[in-house]
Amino acid sequence: MATQAMQAPMELTISPRLAKNIRRNVKERIIELILMLAALTAVATTFAIVGVLLYESVSFFKTVSVVEFFTATEWTPLFEDAHYGIMPLVSGTLTTSAIALAVAVPIGTITAIFLSEFASHKARETVKPILELLVGVPTVVFGYFALFFVTPLLQSVYPELPSFNMLSAGIVMGVMIIPYIASLSEDAMRAVPMSMREGSYAMGATRFQTAIKVVAPAATSGIVAAYILAVSRAVGETMVVAVAAGQQPTLTFNPLEGAATITAYIVQVAMGDLPHGSIGYQSIFAAGLVLMVMTLSFNIIGHWIRKKYREHY
Amino acid sequence: MANINTAIKAEARDLNFFYSNGARALKGISMPLYENKITALIGPSGCGKSTFLRCFNRMHDLYPGNKYEGQIVMYPDNTNVLDAGVDPIEVRMRISMVFQKPNPFPKSIYENVAYGLRVRGENNKRIMDDKVEEALKGAALWNEVKDRLHDLAFNLSGGQQQRLCIARALATDPEIMLFDEPTSALDPIATANIEELMVELRSKLTILVVTHNMQQAARVSDYTAYMYLGELIEYDDTDRIFTNPGRKETEDYITGKFG
Ligand SMILES: Nc1ncnc2c1ncn2[C@@H]1O[C@H](COP(=O)(O)OP(=O)(O)O)[C@@H](O)[C@H]1O
Ligand SMILES: [Mg+2]
Repeated sequence: MATQAMQAPMELTISPRLAKNIRRNVKERIIELILMLAALTAVATTFAIVGVLLYESVSFFKTVSVVEFFTATEWTPLFEDAHYGIMPLVSGTLTTSAIALAVAVPIGTITAIFLSEFASHKARETVKPILELLVGVPTVVFGYFALFFVTPLLQSVYPELPSFNMLSAGIVMGVMIIPYIASLSEDAMRAVPMSMREGSYAMGATRFQTAIKVVAPAATSGIVAAYILAVSRAVGETMVVAVAAGQQPTLTFNPLEGAATITAYIVQVAMGDLPHGSIGYQSIFAAGLVLMVMTLSFNIIGHWIRKKYREHY
Repeated sequence: MANINTAIKAEARDLNFFYSNGARALKGISMPLYENKITALIGPSGCGKSTFLRCFNRMHDLYPGNKYEGQIVMYPDNTNVLDAGVDPIEVRMRISMVFQKPNPFPKSIYENVAYGLRVRGENNKRIMDDKVEEALKGAALWNEVKDRLHDLAFNLSGGQQQRLCIARALATDPEIMLFDEPTSALDPIATANIEELMVELRSKLTILVVTHNMQQAARVSDYTAYMYLGELIEYDDTDRIFTNPGRKETEDYITGKFG
């Protein structure tokens, strides 16, 4: 309506009612603009991060060939005899994350099923705050918990285990992300309409059968979303692995060895005082770029799975 | 009044029901369900029709604090299904239910129908295939879905979904089938299909159907019960209820003077 008025030939006068509309329109536009700017802040920050990552990485790849980056089996950018193979960091990241997920996915999902389908109102109101408390614990605390408690515990079973190892770091990281999986999966399962549960009970199903065969499948998309968030958390987690898995880049998938992850390397280098523009400085951006691509691919896979299993009720 | 040559399949005896908030939703209801007959429950919204229906398969057990008083006796074994010593799961194995809104599971058409068999521990593929086909035929859905048994059930239309829910309930050979306003979410053609189906199913089992639609009660049922405010006002042959009701309240409701 307003656009029509603005497009109208100049000689036509605008009636007072239309003029008022325009003023209101302007006000609306300004509000819209403010809202959009707020939203843009987040988007702009993301773009800025990606921009810096790309910019510094480009300088990095002027010195180091992409082929070497992906095929060399050593990562020693700060040594005299420098090697630039990212794979040792990737293997450390993937191994610790896989262990974490192996711990967190089953325990988190079972916890969610228990909370959503079996726990009384009172039990749920007791357990949920405790889980949320776990989320609030600083990750460095988990790191030292792994190093000084879990590792000695594992060593009492397997004495050859080195002090820095990926198993301990992975397990503790898994414990750390249980609340994410449990809480989000529980939300997804509780969102399944009661009518669907009633349909199952009316067929003579038990509570357990109803939870496993009807409620969990109905909540698949939300549960997958929880897993994906957990993967991103695990891959991006820094302190636990930096403290407990060691900072020695090693190309290995053996959980009983120590290794550095991408994040552990970044924090290690960032804490030192490398001159800007040096190859060591640029290497953390190249590593960061790889980390971002990994997280992004997990998110895309998750998005795709969620779309496939979108709820139909 | 009722035809004494027909066997009684189940019978409510002085049934009271209390929701967890203490509200007494059913007040001393006694009435029979005749075997291989359709009994309709009518009455204004909120009068307790669903509450009564859901006593038969102990659905109220799912929510803590609900309380039954009185009996629902099943024949020929004389079991009081409300007895605390009776396992509600056993009751639901004998009495199945179709809901107001179609509520298929997030599974394939085949797995929806097979669900009741699976929870009963049946795993033989041959038996399962036969039962699924038989149930889908019984629910007049077989021809429409036989080529896509492994499609997701949500892809069916509303009327098809409701027939799928009937097939699901049929697959386990129940003795009694409960319908809670099974057509209220459906278009007229789908409604006519379901009504026709209920009449066909009568030869196999005993039906109790809640309906908000009096024409539907008149069309499909053999017996009709009129409820009001948790009480059973009148129970009789459907013909009698609709042509010559014994109680003034029933007549007012049926003629639309009230409700
Ligand atoms: N879960 C519940 N808790 C307490 N009261 C309920 C509950 N469900 C239904 N009621 C009450 O019980 C009465 C009967 O409800 P319902 O059986 O659903 O009626 P109808 O199916 O005839 O419409 C109504 O007054 C309703 O408000
Ligand atoms: Mg109702």
